[in-house]
Amino acid sequence: MEYTLMLLLLPLATFVLLGLFSNKLNHKTSGMIGTGSLLMVALLSFYAAGEYFTTQKVDAVFQTLVPLNVPWLNMGAKQHIDMGILLDPISVMMLVVISTVSLMVHIYSLGYMKGEKGFQRYYAFLSLFTFSMMGLVLSTNIFQMYIFWELVGVSSYLLIGFYYTKPAAVAASKKAFIVTRFADMFFLIGILVLSYYTQTFDFGTLTSGNSAVFQEAASAKFLGASALVWAMALIFIGGAGKSAMFPLHIWLPDAMEGPTPVSALIHAATMVVAGVYLVARLFPIYVLFTPEVLQGIAYVGAFTSMFAALIAIVQTDIKRVLAFSTISQIGFMMVALGVSKLEGHEGLGYMASMFHLFTHAMFKALLFLGAGSVIHAVHSNEMENMGGLRKQMPITHLTFLTACLAIAGIPPFSGFFSKDEILSATYQYNTGLGIWMTLVAALTAFYMFRLYFSIFWGKEKQHTHPLHESPKSMTFPLIFLAIPTLLGGFVPFGQFVTADRAPYSIHMDWLVAVISVVVALEAIFIARKLYQHPDKKPVVPAALKGFHKAASHRFYVDEVYLFITKKILFNGISRAFTWFDRHVVDGFINGLATATDWFSIRIRVFQSGEIQWYAWVFLFGTLLITALILFV
Amino acid sequence: MGELLINNAGVPVLAYQLVSLVMFFAGIYGFFTRRNLMMMLIAVELILNAADINFAVFNRYLFPGEMDGMFFALFTIAIAACETAVAIAIIINLYRNFGNADVDNLKNMKG
Repeated sequence: MEYTLMLLLLPLATFVLLGLFSNKLNHKTSGMIGTGSLLMVALLSFYAAGEYFTTQKVDAVFQTLVPLNVPWLNMGAKQHIDMGILLDPISVMMLVVISTVSLMVHIYSLGYMKGEKGFQRYYAFLSLFTFSMMGLVLSTNIFQMYIFWELVGVSSYLLIGFYYTKPAAVAASKKAFIVTRFADMFFLIGILVLSYYTQTFDFGTLTSGNSAVFQEAASAKFLGASALVWAMALIFIGGAGKSAMFPLHIWLPDAMEGPTPVSALIHAATMVVAGVYLVARLFPIYVLFTPEVLQGIAYVGAFTSMFAALIAIVQTDIKRVLAFSTISQIGFMMVALGVSKLEGHEGLGYMASMFHLFTHAMFKALLFLGAGSVIHAVHSNEMENMGGLRKQMPITHLTFLTACLAIAGIPPFSGFFSKDEILSATYQYNTGLGIWMTLVAALTAFYMFRLYFSIFWGKEKQHTHPLHESPKSMTFPLIFLAIPTLLGGFVPFGQFVTADRAPYSIHMDWLVAVISVVVALEAIFIARKLYQHPDKKPVVPAALKGFHKAASHRFYVDEVYLFITKKILFNGISRAFTWFDRHVVDGFINGLATATDWFSIRIRVFQSGEIQWYAWVFLFGTLLITALILFV
Repeated sequence: MGELLINNAGVPVLAYQLVSLVMFFAGIYGFFTRRNLMMMLIAVELILNAADINFAVFNRYLFPGEMDGMFFALFTIAIAACETAVAIAIIINLYRNFGNADVDNLKNMKG
């Protein structure tokens, strides 16, 4: 299956083409080139997925396929960094997700970004992103993944800051880049520690489950934990940064300053699940050798999902609501991985996590694109400028409703199936965690329907221009993505992607399913009561005022960050460094200059300007040297 | 040294050396004692010509079959001509500014 290399080369070539000739091409041509290339990538991905899942099964277990692996950097006798392509169930599944969502976003952007300044640049960056993301999921070794990981970060930065004349967008792009880079620093340290002890970067060796590979890493101790535990925890921090886990989530809500299709592609469906993908990729190490880190992942995910859901309830910017919802849903995926085991039915969490990743990518991209459609019509992100839009925008309304039902976990929409699997897995692990996650699911239903009713129902607002449905280029992706949102749950996912790669038949846990559906319906009814009626404006109960205020301020996490960076880092540590720089480093250099100055003033009297004096000095110098040569 | 004193043509090399030596130190003396730039320039030319004589003589007596020293002497004469042209240009400019060609005036050109 060497042709999968084209999945990388096509978007890269498109990026180079559009990037170099952006001035020569007009909007339409560059949009068509970008979309056409992506269409080919998508068809190729579907074909590859079809071929992989039908042919690469040996004894009912999917095989890992490495069609291409070239040594790239040789480092010493044993270590080398390769560049290659790795196909296994999760990477093939990610190919489908990335190319589908990316294609839809490309088509959607033809309408959404029409006439924008820098349209060609936008498509060039989209291609760069697609290339990087494909490279990330297809990596054969952890270092190659790291390289693409950073490329993804760069393209995310470039696209968030697409409206570079807008200060908020510039600040948001910087924030996203710095926060994820900060996390990636730990990721890199983790990679280095891991490879130092195991002498390999290769996923095949690392995830083979062979304990001999990790013997050295497991026996080296540092601060009470083994080097392996440290390495895996550090690698997870990198994943947490990209996947916006608490407390590294602060960049994601701000990243909504970018164009909405970008949010749909990068900050909902693909890039932010890179952390989940990373944990899934290294899952055998986590589950076999560092179960304590895996447990930590579960708790980080559980906390983050609740935390983000609580904030999502009170946000007024519709894209912000979706951003926090994304954080919360990624929390779900992390929890599912965290509670999973490797073999058979105990590997339910792994399968559920990947399943949720798949369905979430579809319905969350749909939600974002729907929100973009609304923003396109209303020219505002704020809920208070919306209301009663269901009449003017029927297609957006219906598709958005589909996605809301899916994320709320109402059968038979796709989200119900994947979320239900996650809940069953958490109940198996620990009833408390199960109840916690059920509560988060209820909150999810509530804030999604608060959003839905506020946009499409409620009081109709006065607008300066007549509202109308978006153009076909925008409604087509909505309808297309509504199909997997509606039917994705019926994909026999357990046949394709499981922890041990053997097929696994999904059993519905009826008790869990009924409980979660009832709770979700209840939440939807509350939201309906509060937000559907055109005249009533919901008031915050007195008891919840404090909570409302704190949640509106996102529980002051940004303020804590500012306090730590500005007050402690800048004032405390940086001051000392500044003092050292100003007085010791600069002082030394200035001292050199002062000494030179002083010395030159003293010796300038020799430069009298009297030529014959110079000649005397020269003569005696010559005589002196001659004498030295002759007599010494 | 013995064979250097006598040669086939009859003029001993030491005679050339003496002429060259006298010219050289006359040049040095002139360079140090004269205040007039023209005179100093002539002194410098004396020093250069003393060196030229040495080139020619040593070539003639030590390496009779070769011409390197001769060419060097010709080369130096050409260089000396250029140098004189530049020096005289400077001196003429000084003379126009100060009304004389005294070397002490050059102090005023110090930065």
